[in-house]
Amino acid sequence: MEAAVGMQKSRGKTLVIVLRHTPLILFALIFLIFGVLSPRFLSYQSFENIVKQASYIGIVAVGMTFVLLTASIDLSVGSNMYLSAVVAGLLIKHYGLPVPLAPVVCLAVGLLFGLVNALAVTKLRIIPFVATLGTLWIGRGLGLWLTKSVPVEFPEGVTQIGAQRLFGIVPLPVVVFLLIVCCAAVLLRGTAFGRQLYAVGNDIEAAKKAGINTAQVRGMAFVICGVLAGLGGFISVAQLGIINAGFGEGREFDAIAAAVLGGTSLFGGIGSVFPGTLLGAVLIQMVTIGLVSAQVDLYLQPLVQAGIIFLAVLLDSIRTRQLVRLSRRHIRIEEA
Amino acid sequence: MPELLLQFEGISKSFFGVHALQDIAFVLPKGHLLGLIGENGAGKSTLMNILGGVLQPDRGGMRLRGQDYSPRNPAEATEAGVAFIHQELNLFTNLSIADNLFIDRLPRFGKSPFINKRAARTRTRQLLESLNLALAPDTLVDRLTPGERQLVEIAKALSTGAEIIIFDEPTTSLTAGETERLFAIIQDLRRQGKSMVYISHNLGNVLELVDEIVVLRDGRVVDQGPRDDFTIDTMISRMVGRDISQIFPSRQSVPADETLLEVRGLSQPGIVKDIDLTLHKTEVLGLFGLMGSGRTELARILFGLEPFERGQIVIDGVVCDGVSVRDSIRRGMAFVTENRREEGLLMEATIVDNVGLVALPTFASAPPARLLRARGLRLAVTRVAECMRIKSGPVHRTLAKNLSGGNQQKVVIGKWLMSRPTIFIMDEPTRGIDVGAKYEVYSIINDLAARGAGILLISSELEELVGMCDRIVVMSKGEVQGAFERDEFDRERILQAAFKGHQAHQRGGQ
Repeated sequence: MEAAVGMQKSRGKTLVIVLRHTPLILFALIFLIFGVLSPRFLSYQSFENIVKQASYIGIVAVGMTFVLLTASIDLSVGSNMYLSAVVAGLLIKHYGLPVPLAPVVCLAVGLLFGLVNALAVTKLRIIPFVATLGTLWIGRGLGLWLTKSVPVEFPEGVTQIGAQRLFGIVPLPVVVFLLIVCCAAVLLRGTAFGRQLYAVGNDIEAAKKAGINTAQVRGMAFVICGVLAGLGGFISVAQLGIINAGFGEGREFDAIAAAVLGGTSLFGGIGSVFPGTLLGAVLIQMVTIGLVSAQVDLYLQPLVQAGIIFLAVLLDSIRTRQLVRLSRRHIRIEEA
Repeated sequence: MPELLLQFEGISKSFFGVHALQDIAFVLPKGHLLGLIGENGAGKSTLMNILGGVLQPDRGGMRLRGQDYSPRNPAEATEAGVAFIHQELNLFTNLSIADNLFIDRLPRFGKSPFINKRAARTRTRQLLESLNLALAPDTLVDRLTPGERQLVEIAKALSTGAEIIIFDEPTTSLTAGETERLFAIIQDLRRQGKSMVYISHNLGNVLELVDEIVVLRDGRVVDQGPRDDFTIDTMISRMVGRDISQIFPSRQSVPADETLLEVRGLSQPGIVKDIDLTLHKTEVLGLFGLMGSGRTELARILFGLEPFERGQIVIDGVVCDGVSVRDSIRRGMAFVTENRREEGLLMEATIVDNVGLVALPTFASAPPARLLRARGLRLAVTRVAECMRIKSGPVHRTLAKNLSGGNQQKVVIGKWLMSRPTIFIMDEPTRGIDVGAKYEVYSIINDLAARGAGILLISSELEELVGMCDRIVVMSKGEVQGAFERDEFDRERILQAAFKGHQAHQRGGQ
């Protein structure tokens, strides 16, 4: 009987380990499927493309992870990307802003955007969903008013930044993305602010009673999210060279999807940037590029993509339920 | 004469014009353990929230070590050396013990923002060791038992260098063994010179533990003095302001032969095994067991909240193989949950919304519109509130969270009364409520039985079951270990049955 109990326990344990690492396993699985379907997918070029194109959404998703961890949401990141890039583009075009200062402008606009969200949520006490839905339209509206919805072209200097490579190998967007992931991971794990972020997401009332300045922590999450959305806007524009009126539209959902695919809970308190959001962002891009390499019908691609995201989130919810069930204490140990 | 540590000086506080506290004045000497008792709504929590900086008094003040003490928030109270261990623990389940202990002041490397995790771990380990708690500092709080969590809260209080520790009902979710361990630690802390305020409805514990007792009633101090001046009877009579000749109201009915609920061979792997149970009309059937014996899980299976693999549940002669909550309600079953704050009540909703919840469909107008007849609902709820003696403001404006524990429990029971069920499953219906409210809940149970309902009463207080039930079924390790008729109630034998299967594993553990 002892042996049977031991086996049952270890089987339960393996299952728990498997379930805890679903994002990683899913990632490997999808990678394998596309690899089998299309040899082209396995080339270095396609890897580079995946990570490079995942970088701007990844950066935005890292910011989103901060907000999600506090059990809030930021719907305005797409508009933030747009407005940041528009302001930088117009300043370059009409006021002769030196190109190297463009990223600084993007970060500054992103910061301002984040501050507005933070104030709306913590001072005006508007719930995040509504507050950021509001700033979504304000940001988009401002951008359209500034550009009269005419596309803004960027000088070659900007796309040159996007095309640069570190040591001549790693594309700059990827470098920035990985750097952000590292900083964010350290911030979340190694600083008091990071730990308090998790605490606020777990139980905001308890956090208040524990003497945590919850408004500051939540506000800070929105500010970080805003800054990273501005940076994401720049990284994206540095690859495209032009922005039209639809730039950044709907990107908030890609960012949320990347974070959630990486195991971040929409209810707060659970999730990570590394490996979580990093994997999630790359996974989404991997599917996009995988579908192209596997020559799936162009019009079917969005459907397949949606199906895969849906499946991943479904697996996640099953996983959460299973984990709750498995971690529950058993009252009696059944004899085999 | 020991040094005066804390003085309350004429504290008053009202909420919406209702006096919660009036002219509270007493002192807490250094190194003393003070028992604060009173019915729910007497003002204990309000007073302690003022001491802990959660609320501010309207009038009056406090002096700490002779200095004026008026904390504007919990952080200032902590700073001044006052720690408040709430009834609902304030731990973050997604974080480690070390993170929880130091969340508001994690040790850092010099002035850098980076946490010195090694220092946090070492200090946590020391604190845990001082409480004889063999846990790794990195353990997630999620994995701890309620008893361990309680001790982690104490470790947290100690880590702030608290000199005054407030315990609000610390034993409600602890097993007997964990409670004893907690008491030993409290005694230990007193020897170290800590002052403590201990709030509990378990008067036996209060009498065993404290040096002095302060009795609150309707927001006033009605009695105070050294412990030896009190007995449980005098404590009760001071708390309620009248003599309660009996703790349990007398039963007015005897069980009928008619069977309401029958359970045959009910099993769910890992949870319960071969449960047989019969509940008759007008019967109060007790279900006793230690924490983790499977009583709550059985109740959840019966009500359809959890699945079962084998066996049958027969309600009114109709066999149900699998049950859903909606089926259970339709068949006349009601479930008063153990955890009313989380499961039984919508805290942010009014009494009408809460009480009306289950019976809403019966208050809909004719199809196809099916609009809610609000006035009819309000009248019906008011009737229930009156007959349950719920003390509150207008039922359609008072929020559940503003009610005292006893009144909240009445709302939970009232919710089910609206749909006129015949089978009640009540899981710990009197947990955390005061003697007066308990008596009223017992009377309600008796009334229900007299009107033909069958009640399955789950409790970890054996006295309560012996006082209330016609029959007691005892569970241990997910199995029924014995059943006792009223005339053969014998506390020792019942406890033996409840401990069955435990001795082999944890000999001498408690």
